[in-house]
Amino acid sequence: MALLGIAIIVAGFLLRFHPLLVILASAIVTGLAAGFDPLAIIAALGKAFNEARYVSIIWIVLPVVGLLEANGLQERARGLIAQFHGATVGRFLTFYLVIRQVLAAIGLTSVAGHPQTVRPLVAPIAEAAAERQAGDLTDADREEIKAMAAATDNIGLFFGEDIFLAIGSILLIKGLLEQYGISLEPLQLSVWAIPTAIAAFLIHGFRLWRLDRRLRR
Amino acid sequence: MITLHWVYALAGAIFAAYALLGARERPLNAAFWALLAVSMWAGDRLGDLGNGLLVLGLVCLGSVGLRSVGRLNRGDSAVAPALRQARADGFGNRLFVIALIIPATALAGTILFKAAPGWIDGRQATLIALALGVLIALAVGCLWLRTGPVVPLQQGRRLMDQVGWAAILPQMLASLGAVFALAGVGDVVGGIVSQAIPQGSLLGAVIAYALGMALFTMIMGNAFAAFPVMTVAIGIPLLIRTYHGDPAIVCAIGMLAGFCGTLLTPMAANFNLVPAALLELKDKHGVIRQQVGTAVPLLIVNILLIYWLAFP
Repeated sequence: MALLGIAIIVAGFLLRFHPLLVILASAIVTGLAAGFDPLAIIAALGKAFNEARYVSIIWIVLPVVGLLEANGLQERARGLIAQFHGATVGRFLTFYLVIRQVLAAIGLTSVAGHPQTVRPLVAPIAEAAAERQAGDLTDADREEIKAMAAATDNIGLFFGEDIFLAIGSILLIKGLLEQYGISLEPLQLSVWAIPTAIAAFLIHGFRLWRLDRRLRR
Repeated sequence: MITLHWVYALAGAIFAAYALLGARERPLNAAFWALLAVSMWAGDRLGDLGNGLLVLGLVCLGSVGLRSVGRLNRGDSAVAPALRQARADGFGNRLFVIALIIPATALAGTILFKAAPGWIDGRQATLIALALGVLIALAVGCLWLRTGPVVPLQQGRRLMDQVGWAAILPQMLASLGAVFALAGVGDVVGGIVSQAIPQGSLLGAVIAYALGMALFTMIMGNAFAAFPVMTVAIGIPLLIRTYHGDPAIVCAIGMLAGFCGTLLTPMAANFNLVPAALLELKDKHGVIRQQVGTAVPLLIVNILLIYWLAFP
């Protein structure tokens, strides 16, 4: 019975119902199946929502992004990339991937991100570089380049952050293992994030190199 | 001391501005942002049930009123491309300098605030520094680009309306995770997975653990929710106790196998759906599509890394 909520989530997303309604339905069904009364479920949801407010703070950067875009930030990105003759979308995104991984590895995860850096800087620069490589971009190409810029940000963040000692996931591992009598220092855990970080760089870097080759034709 | 509550107050003010500026054009969107402003300002005083009712209100408005988000909102307050090009030529690299103020302040603030505790809550240093960076960038931007303070808020509202209800998706999914935890969903899933493992095969157990991490992360949208479930069900009893795997390697790389799942699921809305809305992609799963080619090979690499490195 406890799995009914998961079934609703999976089915709801697959059938493309409105995500907010799917989440609400799943929460209510899961709570009812576990024997809570409806008011208690609403209260639990409200408590968790209030505690997770920090997640939505990021939207305060939009006025800055909007101000800069209204004054030609994306057009300026195109002008900048025109000055660098060797700049390609693949090389630029590989460069951003390294920066993002290194910053995350020293604990600076919120320095970059989709609203802070991808929308105002990374995506327009990548698009401008691709435009120059391929001459004319189709709409599908444009979509792909922008999505690739966002994907590169995610991959850089995910496979850099665990190298940092005090990141949430490392502390979670330490806490869980301690409950089972296994005591580890954060450093012992975080060094083992390095092999995967290197693999992530090589795999994604290779895909970006292939993107460049495809655009050249 | 400056804490996260100052940042919530600022966020509330900005959401309130989005609501006021859009009230006439898009009353339903405006009501949505107004409720978020209330949550930011008064969330701690509403009580659990009060917050729950606020969530219901957001879901109602979000699912009924904001459906056309992303298509209808393109036009209003947008600046014509020719004018943008002229301004870009005029302002030049100033625009980049202002854009970099936010990350630079977040970077410097994180380091400085941690070094000088007492004034600022060190645990929240980055978020507080980020908010400070926004204020500095706004002030510098308005002076340097010679515009009034309403322009950035108006443009911010336009972008916010493009994102629409997806703006609260990450927060909603985090809340759903809390309800799942209360209802003990993780224990049930862990029980099922530990029964499904092939007996006597080390590689089979490693695959079950890493794949289980990725799949359960995809369902929950969060590797943190999957990690305790899978590690208690498979990681500790089987990989660590039975096969004597190194706990540091099993757990550290197991968590990263979960991160591969995060790249593949719409449930991780803030990483996968929100950027699609923010970048105005037609395909809301476009970011996930680009990530498959990296996430799947990387998951296989993680399985092999655990298998090779963790077992002597």
